[in-house]
Amino acid sequence: MRPAAAPGALAPRPDQRVAKALIAAAVLLTIAVLVVPLAYIFHRAFAQGFQVFAANILEPNTLHAIALTALVALLTVPVNIAFGIAAAWAIARFRFRGRKALLTLIEIPFSISPIIAGICYLLLYGRQGLLGSWLLAHDIQILFALPGIVMVTMFVTSPFVLREVLPLMQAQGSEQEQAAVTLGASGWQVFRRVTLPNIRWALLYGAVLCTARAVGEFGGVSVVSGSIRGQTNTLPLQIELLFNDLNIAGAFAAASTLTVIALVVMVLKTAMEARR
Amino acid sequence: MSLSIANMTRRFGQTEVLRGIDLDIGKGELVALLGPSGSGKTTLLRIIAGLDWPDAGSLAVDGQDWLGRTAQARRTGFVFQHYALFPHMKVRDNIAFGLTVLPRSQRPPSAQIEARVRELLHFLQIDALADRYPSELSGGQRQRVALGRALAISPRLLLLDEPFGALDAQVRRDLRRWLRGVHEASGTTTIFVTHDQEEAFELADRVVVMGAGRIEQIGHPDEIYDHPASAFVARFVGLTVELPVTMHQGRAEAPGIDLTALPRRAMADGPATLFLRPSDIAVRPDPEGCFRVAEIVSTGALLRLQLTGPDGCGIEAEMPRRRIAGLETGQPVLLRPEAGRIFPAAPRSDQPATPAPLPAFKEQRL
Repeated sequence: MRPAAAPGALAPRPDQRVAKALIAAAVLLTIAVLVVPLAYIFHRAFAQGFQVFAANILEPNTLHAIALTALVALLTVPVNIAFGIAAAWAIARFRFRGRKALLTLIEIPFSISPIIAGICYLLLYGRQGLLGSWLLAHDIQILFALPGIVMVTMFVTSPFVLREVLPLMQAQGSEQEQAAVTLGASGWQVFRRVTLPNIRWALLYGAVLCTARAVGEFGGVSVVSGSIRGQTNTLPLQIELLFNDLNIAGAFAAASTLTVIALVVMVLKTAMEARR
Repeated sequence: MSLSIANMTRRFGQTEVLRGIDLDIGKGELVALLGPSGSGKTTLLRIIAGLDWPDAGSLAVDGQDWLGRTAQARRTGFVFQHYALFPHMKVRDNIAFGLTVLPRSQRPPSAQIEARVRELLHFLQIDALADRYPSELSGGQRQRVALGRALAISPRLLLLDEPFGALDAQVRRDLRRWLRGVHEASGTTTIFVTHDQEEAFELADRVVVMGAGRIEQIGHPDEIYDHPASAFVARFVGLTVELPVTMHQGRAEAPGIDLTALPRRAMADGPATLFLRPSDIAVRPDPEGCFRVAEIVSTGALLRLQLTGPDGCGIEAEMPRRRIAGLETGQPVLLRPEAGRIFPAAPRSDQPATPAPLPAFKEQRL
């Protein structure tokens, strides 16, 4: 009698060499394209010691850029969450004229380069723009100020929450919500106790993606912010500015900050993906 | 409570889903809406729950108009085919849901809610499942939880959409008996939708047969089974063999078929159709007979015969295997229907058209 063997021991064994070669190629590519540049940012940021790094980060303009970026994200993300839920709800639960058009419209920020968004805002709200003279007359500053930066960032990040929440809502259908209504729940109770718990992980995931994009947004913001040091420079713009000033240590210090934010976001995202 | 529906219509785009429904349901009744898919039965149930609205007609409960009320105000406790339990809540929280969403002024204290949940869990024989999540339950257990969630709010009217549609046959039979018990104990007026004739007949006090947006017949199960009111109902309750006959002085006549076993009918002379169950036809070997046995298949207890008529029409007959000896394929036979229903041959256009399946609100079948 044959002795008991490991499960699947009789399965034909594929050639291991091809698999190993492919894995090696993938690992090498990842190291060359991702790991080394990322590690290098930190290496350069700390190359002249922690004191220099701290001095670079605490430089008033850089500090202001970090604060401004955080403020922009703080303003943008809640609005996007609200918009994402509202739009997903409307598209998933109702059939109305223009529903398909809305779906396409919401995708536009994904396909349009952010710099075009910036230029559109410039043409609309700029001094020579369509609304420029009216805004000037009423002393409303949109461009080269916080409102412009926030608006462009909202434009660029608008689809993120929706894109995460909508497929889930469509897949779940509305039976649970209907059941809740027939049990006597009000609209708000249905949303808070049935809809929201069902989409909470997708919602958080979308919010995290949205935050990452809001923090890192460069192209659109660079057009509308005017890059005024210490006033309208966000962190990505500040990095570019420092780099162009040949302040390499400063640029890398700022870049490492942005990278840390991105890495934190990535860890959050991975943790949430596991929960979904 | 009693429910009264009058002259109700509903269309989705071009499709008329309900074409004038009149229905009265008394207090404490258990009523089945029975019909094939597309007959409008689910739409009717959804309208009663307030999840859909008719185009015309009236709906009154205990004499009060219900069309002016939202689903939230009606509080019917609709039980969906796929239960629609809240996946993020434990069983006890699912059952308590309808009580916890009451306005603060009407909401019982939480100890009372807890007691009510415990009582229901016991009543539904699922005490041990209180702290499980719906994903950890079997289909039959989920069905019980869904029913418990609906019963928790003490609805005046309990509505169930294909309550056993997603369960396997054995669980289905057990739950059917159990639901009957629940109904008798709670006394709640209950309406359920089903496409399964056996289910409707076994469970309901009264069965409402629906076809193509109309009520074809309302009656006690035996009444519908023995005296189908229309050709549609006859086909639906299993009178699947249709023979063209001619009425003459109250007697049906057809060449090659011995129809003397059928009683006289008060019907006008002219063409008619005889509806029969395959088991209602006696088949006798007869060299003069103009039907021939085309095929004999045994299903164990029964023999299923395929017979071919003089004009090439094929009919099916069924009989206990022991009763026919010496019957073989190709043999000429004489048919003797022993029971059946006769309806005047309707012009083709008068027959209910099968509406196209509706994209929305279609019940899912597994």
